[in-house]
Amino acid sequence: MAKTIEEINEKIKKGSVVVLDAEEIIDYVRENGIKKTAKDIDVVTTATFGPMCSSGAFLNFGHSDPPIKMTKVLLNNVPAYAGLAAVDVYIGAAELPESGDMNYGGSYVIEDLIAGRPVELKATAYGTDCYPRKEIKTYITKETINQAYLYNPRNVYQNYGVATNSSSRTIYTYMGKLLPHFGNATFSSAGQLNPLLNDPYFRTIGIGTRIFLGGAQGFVAWYGTQYNTNKERLPNGTPIGPAGTLALIGNLKHMSTNYIKACTFYGYGVTIFMGVGIPIPVLDEEMVEFLKIKDEDIYTEIFDYSVQRRNQPSYGKVNYKQLRSGKIKINGKNVQTGSISSYSKAKEITNVLKSWIKEGKFYLTSYVNPLPSEEKLNNLDILSQEEIL
Amino acid sequence: MTTRKIVLTFPENTVTKPITYKLVKDFDLEFNILRAEVTPNIEGKMLIEIKGSSIQIEKGIKYLIQENVSVQEASKDIILDKEQCVHCGVCTSLCITQALSLNKNSFKLIFDKDKCILCGLCLNSCPVNAIKLKI
Repeated sequence: MAKTIEEINEKIKKGSVVVLDAEEIIDYVRENGIKKTAKDIDVVTTATFGPMCSSGAFLNFGHSDPPIKMTKVLLNNVPAYAGLAAVDVYIGAAELPESGDMNYGGSYVIEDLIAGRPVELKATAYGTDCYPRKEIKTYITKETINQAYLYNPRNVYQNYGVATNSSSRTIYTYMGKLLPHFGNATFSSAGQLNPLLNDPYFRTIGIGTRIFLGGAQGFVAWYGTQYNTNKERLPNGTPIGPAGTLALIGNLKHMSTNYIKACTFYGYGVTIFMGVGIPIPVLDEEMVEFLKIKDEDIYTEIFDYSVQRRNQPSYGKVNYKQLRSGKIKINGKNVQTGSISSYSKAKEITNVLKSWIKEGKFYLTSYVNPLPSEEKLNNLDILSQEEIL
Repeated sequence: MTTRKIVLTFPENTVTKPITYKLVKDFDLEFNILRAEVTPNIEGKMLIEIKGSSIQIEKGIKYLIQENVSVQEASKDIILDKEQCVHCGVCTSLCITQALSLNKNSFKLIFDKDKCILCGLCLNSCPVNAIKLKI
């Protein structure tokens, strides 16, 4: 018998809701079957904790006296985009300081703000009749400023590729340090815990869905950039490589550095570990079929990151059970694997979300609008004005 | 006979001295260089495994210290900052001896110092700078 989200929320209110996480559901289905699972379980919590460069925060500083229309803004010497109203900026997670130093950047500013640490604000302006001030230097914290919310244009990739290196030199990439001659391989997905792999056709996750974002309650704002519905899929619905993505929004002031953490990939730049959790309502048996997927049912492709092209050569497909075993075979050679995304942190988030739901602190939502069912991925080609038409 | 793994740090002026040769000849120590970064006129580092009687090893180490070589137990040199670590496990792909591995159940990072040969491949791999070489 099918359940509705309203019925599940009623159970949350009464304290009788039954919640498992995306790992626990696997054994539950194995022992009890699809039918009984659909009846017994109300919600499955999913999560991911991995570096997501396409993240950042909108901040409003409040007005100084006399006021300033900030044109160029630096937060701890990291530029923030100020082409908005007078004291609104967007600080991107991957932004580097003007010095080019790669050990600090936008993500670290965001982490400092979340932690409540003071951040130096320097801004300059051209000065107008309404905003006469031309420069300012002061300090802010999340308590002294007005709104501070994360708006992440691309998070929660529905699967991702594996990176390796066939060349004769070590390369430093956003997939980490890759040793020469297939010295190692790295991957980045929560696999069986990943939200979008547990709801592969976005039956329940859509625009407006309430989620766990960096320790706070946030929302799915939109479909993410590079969202692609044309990726080849397995019969279980999971795409073999990157497909869906989400744009997320949430209040920075309520977040915790335990679930959002600045990081640096040597030779690449700064980015941010983003903790995201999404509850999936067990509406019916079809949802259980999706939710029961395990690491060995999810495949992805191995790519050669030493080939500096848009399309890199592929070395075949592997599943996440193989990847998590610590070793895969590439061209017959044993290659050590490592994850960029933290399974243990993702698991921790599924548990936090589970307790929020059980304690009646988090209610499920129906989406306001579904995510697109058709969206292709375009490439950027170098064209003249005539050629593009 | 005992075996000890130690890290030697040579100041600039001693790099050119035949110190390791003296260890073999005068102190009857067998040793195996596991890793070395020695360039004339630059501070040098060497990870060695020495084998010999404990008395001879002690004497050899004393000699090294006299020659201004700093001596550290190798296994103490790589530090895992557990407060910073997010247990992603990217470092495990670089660890040849599996000194760094993820626990099969909790997926939390384990650092087995006994297995670490201080090759240093993991050093700039940690996105949260939780792996440090203390020299």
